[in-house]
Amino acid sequence: MQHLQGSFVNTLYRNVLGGPTGAIGLGLLALLLLVFLPLTIDSFRLNLMGKYLSLSFVAIGLVMCWGYGGIMSLGQGLFWGLGGYCMAAFLKLEAAASIAGEAGSDQNKALTTVGIPDFMDWNQITVLPWFWEPFHSFPLTLLLIFAVPTIIAYIIGVAMFKRRVGGVYFAIITQALCWTMEILFVTRQGWTGGINGITDLRTLLGWDIRTPENQTIIYFVTCFLIIGCILFGRWLLNTKFGRILLAVRDMEDRVRFSGYDVANIKTMVFCIAAAMSALGGAMFVLNVGFMSPKLITIEPSIYMVIFCAVGGRMSLIGAVYGTLAVSFGRTFFSEQFPALWFFLMGSIFLLVTMVFPDGLAGAVRRWIWPPIERLFGKGRAISAAVKEGQP
Amino acid sequence: MIYPHYALEVEELTVSFDGFKAVNGVTLYVEKDELRVVIGPNGAGKTTLLDLICGRTKPTGGKITFLDKVLTDMQEQEIVRSGVVRKFQTPSIYPKLSVFENLEVSHPKGRTAFGAIFFRRTSDVVDKIHAVAKEIYLDGLLDMEGEKLSHGQKQWLEIGMLLMADPQLLLLDEPVAGMSVREREQTADLLRRICKGRSAVVIEHDMKFVRKIADKVTVLHQGKLLAEGPMDKIESDPRVIEVYLGH
Repeated sequence: MQHLQGSFVNTLYRNVLGGPTGAIGLGLLALLLLVFLPLTIDSFRLNLMGKYLSLSFVAIGLVMCWGYGGIMSLGQGLFWGLGGYCMAAFLKLEAAASIAGEAGSDQNKALTTVGIPDFMDWNQITVLPWFWEPFHSFPLTLLLIFAVPTIIAYIIGVAMFKRRVGGVYFAIITQALCWTMEILFVTRQGWTGGINGITDLRTLLGWDIRTPENQTIIYFVTCFLIIGCILFGRWLLNTKFGRILLAVRDMEDRVRFSGYDVANIKTMVFCIAAAMSALGGAMFVLNVGFMSPKLITIEPSIYMVIFCAVGGRMSLIGAVYGTLAVSFGRTFFSEQFPALWFFLMGSIFLLVTMVFPDGLAGAVRRWIWPPIERLFGKGRAISAAVKEGQP
Repeated sequence: MIYPHYALEVEELTVSFDGFKAVNGVTLYVEKDELRVVIGPNGAGKTTLLDLICGRTKPTGGKITFLDKVLTDMQEQEIVRSGVVRKFQTPSIYPKLSVFENLEVSHPKGRTAFGAIFFRRTSDVVDKIHAVAKEIYLDGLLDMEGEKLSHGQKQWLEIGMLLMADPQLLLLDEPVAGMSVREREQTADLLRRICKGRSAVVIEHDMKFVRKIADKVTVLHQGKLLAEGPMDKIESDPRVIEVYLGH
């Protein structure tokens, strides 16, 4: 029967890889990230790429949450930051332990209280706070990187969606929460490192994260995790859940009257996007070696939405390109025309939403794909798949 | 005396919006297997009545029970799960999903968030979708995107989406609005077929259509029940002619 799922491999190919177009799109991205860039740019710029790519996890999450589910969050930096702080906490304790090891029992040589992060000592805290204890353990840290943001997203989701808060109200609330967290992290200096954040991170389980060779390895891990997230996203969006997301976005009431608890569906996708953002935050810390509250406030959160819009909010792969394009554009233009950059950024966002609502991905689908198809003559199958709009 | 067992019991139902009583003390009983049509002039409270039954609006007074379950205490999705489904006045379908996917999303399996993620498109689901699509005259358009259907086809698709859940009570708000004469006839056939073994409450303005499908007619006027009975009796009721049919 025509609509029945085929064999397992076939289903995997169609629903996870996304059929011929999906496979080609992902193949090109993998080629760019894993082969072309490492061969052509130096390790400093590769590390810069890794830093930008850790933001694309948020954009991929936003494609699911905003592009498909219609939930616009202007506070994704909150989850990204929590993931980052969890990772940073682990690395900081390890760094503190290694300083303690070097110093031995000599307090003066260590300059701070032995065995706890230096910024705590500077803030007259001499005993590790209880909520820092779990970060002694690496497995627990990995768990918390996902669990803390997901639980917070769940609480926000239940509190907002059950009360049917949506649209621009939800966006404003997420933004406010993001700001609240920034203030919390800045003011609780002794617990979080305050405005300086958590710095001087050195090793991960004894493995130095600062050497260029190891940073290249971290870059590759970041790339593989991004591809993993894209495949996970494709699988999810190809389930009935993915179709319900589109249904909720376009006709929320109808979904409710088809017997679904819309709040649960929204909370689920919000939590998934949060967990994905958190993974990005953790990878960011490994890439750059610090975490700062300036990275989790409102401005970066808005950038994240722009990444997603520029890449095309219905395209998981587009989210990665959107992140890279805007981030490099930002670096380049803000050096050349520092005063104009914000206006330019604003115009890009307006232009994209008004002229290219499907972003880069939409432009590729409309202008780049058709000629390629004609060139290879086997247009039909691909064009059909493109029209299907594979995520 | 044997207590008469109705499927739907609406008793003394009232809702007031800032003092304006859109529905005012309405009582009506619908039997199992009955197709009830509600008519009345604009602003009579017809749509509000359906909103109250399906849980979209909460009543300020009165009680609604369906097969011994008190609907007035339940949330929308719980009401749906107890077998009461609603078609809206303007066709509400999912524009970006195909006809097949529209019907699939309406399948009662996998209604929780986790259930939807791990939902499998098994052969019984596919068979059901094909059967319903045939019923609503859309079996040739399964892969068509919802928004590309004609207005009449959208109306049918929404009815099909309701049928996916094997409902026991259908609430249909103007199912033939905007349809051609031919489509109206097909819809009348469709409604007669699908309402067997179920109850239905239909709002309609087209008297020819009402005559074709109605078992019994309820006339609402200014939120109150004006008359109730078989169509021929209603058509000759002077009060009904005065407020509605005479125009």
